[in-house]
Amino acid sequence: MKMKSFFAALIMVPALAFASGAEVHLDKAPNVQGDNAALQNGARLFVNYCQSCHGASFIRYEKLMELGLSEQQIKDNLMFTGDKIGDTMKIAMRPDEAKKWFGATPPDLTLIARARASSDGSGADWLYTYLRSFYKDDARPTGWNNVVFANVGMPNMLWQLQGVQALEIVKEESGKEHHKLVLVEPGQLTPEQFDKQVADLVGFLVWMGEPGAGYRKAVGVGVLIFLAVLFVSAYALKKNYWKDIH
Amino acid sequence: MASNKHYEKFKSNGSVGGNVLEWIDARFPLTSTIKGHLTDYYAPKNFNFWYFFGSLALLVLVLQIVTGIFLVMNYKPDANLNESGIPIAFASVEYIMRDVSGGWLIRYLHSTGASAFFVVVYLHMFRGLLYGSYRQPRELLWVFGTLIFLCLMAEAFMGYLLPWGQMSFWGAQVIINLFGAIPVIGPDLSTLIRGDFVVGDATLNRFFSLHVIAVPLILIGLVAAHLVALHEVGSNNPDGIEIKANLDEHGNPRDGIPFHPYYTVKDIVGVVAFLFVFSIVVFFAPEGGGYFLEYNNFYQADPLKTPSHIAPVWYFTPFYSVLRAIVWPILGIDAKFWGVVGMGASVVIIAFLPWLDRSPVKSIRYRGPIFKGALTIFVIAFFILGYLGTQPPSYAGEKISQVCSLIYFGFFLLMPWYSKIDKYTIPPERVTD
Repeated sequence: MKMKSFFAALIMVPALAFASGAEVHLDKAPNVQGDNAALQNGARLFVNYCQSCHGASFIRYEKLMELGLSEQQIKDNLMFTGDKIGDTMKIAMRPDEAKKWFGATPPDLTLIARARASSDGSGADWLYTYLRSFYKDDARPTGWNNVVFANVGMPNMLWQLQGVQALEIVKEESGKEHHKLVLVEPGQLTPEQFDKQVADLVGFLVWMGEPGAGYRKAVGVGVLIFLAVLFVSAYALKKNYWKDIH
Repeated sequence: MASNKHYEKFKSNGSVGGNVLEWIDARFPLTSTIKGHLTDYYAPKNFNFWYFFGSLALLVLVLQIVTGIFLVMNYKPDANLNESGIPIAFASVEYIMRDVSGGWLIRYLHSTGASAFFVVVYLHMFRGLLYGSYRQPRELLWVFGTLIFLCLMAEAFMGYLLPWGQMSFWGAQVIINLFGAIPVIGPDLSTLIRGDFVVGDATLNRFFSLHVIAVPLILIGLVAAHLVALHEVGSNNPDGIEIKANLDEHGNPRDGIPFHPYYTVKDIVGVVAFLFVFSIVVFFAPEGGGYFLEYNNFYQADPLKTPSHIAPVWYFTPFYSVLRAIVWPILGIDAKFWGVVGMGASVVIIAFLPWLDRSPVKSIRYRGPIFKGALTIFVIAFFILGYLGTQPPSYAGEKISQVCSLIYFGFFLLMPWYSKIDKYTIPPERVTD
């Protein structure tokens, strides 16, 4: 009996591995890194739609100059408070008060794209899917729910752009049920336009997670070339020293 | 010192350089140390690929110490929250990543270095298994090595708490709680380790102290002892025969070559190749697919939010699986306690290898099919244990890790029998290529 259950367990391994995987399929987020226009648009969306509740307390406003913006452009378009250009993009709302108001403190978003990565997909994929998966749910205090993050405390900030989605349960002939989001009230943007806006916003979140990532890779190429050259000479040196060793 | 060839040469030279060396050598064994450990230290000439990892481990140790020195200049071991509600320790790591010149590189070198350390040390230990490097007269050398491995685990565990992310916090919470399972003293012991009733600022501060001062001191001492013991008995080699048994007219091993320059130039090749692979991770995949830097650790530590899945870093997972495999209370003591005992035993048992192996030959080249088979199965079981340790607990995983734990311990505990009855061939008198 013991042996039997062991073999049964062995057979179940793939099934269990599957069960522990994603219940929601994550859409692949378009990669906009290096596209300054897209990242600037992402920054604009972040400042307008996210930063009322979420800080980015490891990013200084002046860092946005790396996205091709001038100091004056940042001051005019992305800074609404009395912050200085060298300040970080933190928010005035106190964490303990935020917790009282929303039930959970809205997390700082500087690292969210790195934290949300998992075996199901990159952090960008998660955010890209999440931000497009809100639906109307009158049972929730905010009136919104989310397919990717069930019973999330955050309302759909982008609803005016996206419109209103509803959750439909589709019954297949086999009796299986699956969920589907349907746009019941159109927003200011078409779904394609909206997806592009979310992609830009997610791109900005990814950039914030490690603004130096592009520079890191550029340095890495140089380092690898140097090491490759060094390897050739180190190997030649070794060969020369060892030519008499048999 | 008068018999010292170098000394005589410099003396007749009469230059200032010669005089300085003469002056120093009369007061400090400089020349004789260099000769004893480098230029006149004879190593077998037939070292292969597996013999790179000792020097690489030393390289990574230096790398960790140097990068660590610079990290400490900006890191703040403080669990209190700043005005944005972020722990100061967590924020200081991001400060290093963003605002400190070159900080990102130093931090990635250190975090990747931790994983690299275990990669090279595991390969270094596997080399010992392959060629019987733990056998007489290298028992003490092996025991020092095992102690280094233990120290390294403590060092890595405590270092992992410092970024004060979710995995740092909950990983430490889980492991420290394990000590609570020890009968009678357990609960007090875990409070003593934490310095508090929960993992908190006191824990962070003492782990910081231990990580940057206490454990590195012990580690360096043990590495020194490891090297002194090595140079006392001489290196083993892939044939597992003693090169000192065959000396030339000068008293040097016929199959040996001076470590410097031969192995210094060879190890430089290994170092550059290692740095190439290491740099690929540092510059292009510093998160190591979530294995070197766990994704969840980009969330700040939150004592009120338990992650759904707490996994240790990859290098602990084989031993963590052994812990989770033991699920039965024995002698009326909680299963958790026996899990801790099992996990501890799975590390400590490595030290006893010299006395468990009864084969007449050392190297796998001259051993029979039983040992070769046992080692293969052992390595496979070790990998499976490692994989299962990264996964959430499951019924199947538990059963498989129980089988693999049995294989793990069986490899060691049955060795006195299977190594003795195994076939073997007589090794050659002289080393082969």
